[in-house]
Amino acid sequence: MIHAIPMMVVLPLAGAFFIPMVSRRAAWVPDAVGNAVMVVLAVISFGLIGREGIYHVGGWPTPLGIDLRLDGLTAILLLAVNGIGLCAALFSVSYMELYTSKFRYYSLFLFMVAGMNGVIITGDLFNLYVFMEIAAIASYALVAFGCEHEELEASFKYAVLGGVASSLILIGIAVVYMITGSLNMAQIADRIQTIGLTPPILLALCLFVAGFGLKAALVPFHAWLPDAHPSAPAPVSAMLSGVLIKAIGVYVMARLFFNVFGPTSDLLAVMRLLGVLSMVIGVLLAVGQWDMKRLFAYHSISQIGYVMLGLGLGTPLGLAGGLFHLLNHSVFKSLLFLNAGSVEYSTGRRNLKQLGGMARILPLTGGTTLVASMSIGGVPPFNGFWSKLIIIFACIRAGFYGLAGWAVLVSVITLASFLKVLRYGFYEAPAEKLRVERSMAPLMAVALLLLAISCLAMSLFVVTGLESPVLVDRAVEALSAGVFGM
Amino acid sequence: MAAEGGMSLVVKTVTRWLKGLIFLFGMYIMIYGHLTPGGGFAGGVICASAFILITLAYGAPEAYRHLPRGAAEKLDSFGALTFLIIALLGLWFAGVFFRNFIGTSPESHFRLTSAGVIVPCNLAIGLKVLSSLFLVFVMLSALHIIVSGEGRRRIERRRHTP
Repeated sequence: MIHAIPMMVVLPLAGAFFIPMVSRRAAWVPDAVGNAVMVVLAVISFGLIGREGIYHVGGWPTPLGIDLRLDGLTAILLLAVNGIGLCAALFSVSYMELYTSKFRYYSLFLFMVAGMNGVIITGDLFNLYVFMEIAAIASYALVAFGCEHEELEASFKYAVLGGVASSLILIGIAVVYMITGSLNMAQIADRIQTIGLTPPILLALCLFVAGFGLKAALVPFHAWLPDAHPSAPAPVSAMLSGVLIKAIGVYVMARLFFNVFGPTSDLLAVMRLLGVLSMVIGVLLAVGQWDMKRLFAYHSISQIGYVMLGLGLGTPLGLAGGLFHLLNHSVFKSLLFLNAGSVEYSTGRRNLKQLGGMARILPLTGGTTLVASMSIGGVPPFNGFWSKLIIIFACIRAGFYGLAGWAVLVSVITLASFLKVLRYGFYEAPAEKLRVERSMAPLMAVALLLLAISCLAMSLFVVTGLESPVLVDRAVEALSAGVFGM
Repeated sequence: MAAEGGMSLVVKTVTRWLKGLIFLFGMYIMIYGHLTPGGGFAGGVICASAFILITLAYGAPEAYRHLPRGAAEKLDSFGALTFLIIALLGLWFAGVFFRNFIGTSPESHFRLTSAGVIVPCNLAIGLKVLSSLFLVFVMLSALHIIVSGEGRRRIERRRHTP
C-alpha cells in the first residue's frame, strides 16, 4: 500500500499527458480517462486513511532523496482534493460541452490535481514549490478557459498576483536553505531546533505568510480571488474555491508553521489576526453581491478566515475545529459552485436579479442549494454548524471571547446572505419569464447528490465527541505532535 | 528554399549550415548530461534553438516542414510520458518508484553507460523541452494584438496627425 503514495501524483500526470496524445481522433477519451483517473485517485485516498509512512523516492534515504510523507493531515487533505475532484470531473462531462477543446480542459484539470496532491504528500520544501507551481499555472489557464474578455482579465490578475506569491515563497525557501543548508522538511525542522528563530528565519516566515496568504486569499491578500473564481467554468470554480486555496495555501501554512518552524505565540497571533480579518471583511464584501458565483467567492475568503482562526488558536480543540471546517468548507463550497454551474447550464444566467423560481425549474438543484446554504450558514444538523461550533468553543476555552463573538456574528451575516441567494434565485418568482435552454444531465445530478449527502453525512463525524471528530483527530495529532523529528 | 519571406540571404545561408550542427550539439549535451555539464533541459533548449533559428530566418512554414506543430504537440506529451514510464519501471523492476534499475559496473565509470536510467531520463526531458520550447515560441509569434474601442481610435488619431 505504501506504493500508492507516489501514485497520487503519477496517475494524474500520466492522464494529463496521455489525453492530448490520443484525443484528436477519439472524442470520448478525455471524459473517460479524466473520470477514470479521478475515480482511482478517490479510491486510493480512501484507502490511505489511517495509514502513515514515509516513502523514499528512488530508494534514497532521508537527507539525500525526496521524501513523500503520509500522516493524518495528509490523508484528510488527499481525501478532500480527490473526492471533490471526482465530483467536479463527473460534473464536467456534460457541463464542459458548453466549451470547446475538452481534451485541453481535462489535461489541465489533471495537472491541477497532480500539483495539489504533490504539495500535500511531499516532505521536501523545493518539491513543494514545484508542485505548487504546477497546480497554480494549470489554474491560471483554467480560469481563462472561456477566453472571453472578463475571463482573460481575471486570469491575468490572478497570474500576476500568483507570480508575486510564488516569488515571495521562492525567496523564503532560498533563505531557509541558506540558513539550514537543507530542503528536507524534517532536516530543516531539526536544524531550526538548534539554530533557533534567528532574524533570517523570521524573514523567511514573513515571506511565507505573505506568499501562502496570497495563495490562500486571506485578507489583505485577497484581491485576485473574487475575479478569478467566478470567471472559471463551474467545476473549476468548485475545485479552486473548494480545495486549491486550501491545498496550496492553508495546508502548507499549517504544515510549515506547526511541523517545521514550530508554532510561536507571535505566529499564532498573526494567523488569528489574518483569520478574523478575512472572516469579517470577506463576509461584508459578500453581502452586497448579486452575481451568484462572485458572492460564493467572497464567502470563500470569509470561511477560510474561520479555518485560519481555528488553526491560529493552536489548541487541539482549535486545530480540530479549523481542520474540520476546512473539510466541510471544501464540500459545501464546491457544492454551491456546482449548483451555480447547473443554474447557468440550464438558463445561461447567474445574476440573482435576473433569476428566480429555480427551485421549481430545477428541483434537485434547489434542494442541494438549500442543503449547502444551510451548511455554510451554520444551521444544525448540517456539517458547517458543527465545525463552527467547535471553533467558537475553542475560542471561548482559550479565553478569546471577542473572537468567539466575531465568529458568531459572521456566521449570522453568512446565513443572511445565503437567505438572499435562496430567496432571489430559487424561491421568489422571476421578474421576467426564464427560458430553460437545457435540462440537467444525469452525471451532474450524481455529482450534486454525492456532495449534498456528504454535507449531511459529515455531521456524523462528531459522534466521537466535539474534541475529536472522526478523521480529523489524526490530523490534529499530526499537527500538534510538534516539529518533525529526523 | 523559398527566396521570398524571412531574413536576408546571408542569414539564411548561415542557418542552413548551422542548424544541423546546433541540433547535434544539443543531442551531445543531452546524452552526456551525467558526465559533463548539461543534461536534458539544457540539451533540449539548444535543440529547440535550432528550430527557432529556422523560424526566424525562413519563417514559420519552413520550420513546420522540419517539425510540424501536431508532431511537436505529440512529442511534448510523449517525452513526459516516457519520463514517467522510466520512473514506473523502477517500481516494476526494483520495487521502489524511480529506483535506478539498470545496474552499473565499476568498469563503466566515466563512460556513457555509467548512469543507468539517467541517460534515458535525460533524453525524455530533452524531447519534452525541445518540443515545448518550440511550441511556446511558435505560439508567442502567432499572437496578434487586437486593439479595439478607445485604443484603436487613439492609434488612428496618432496616424492622422502629422
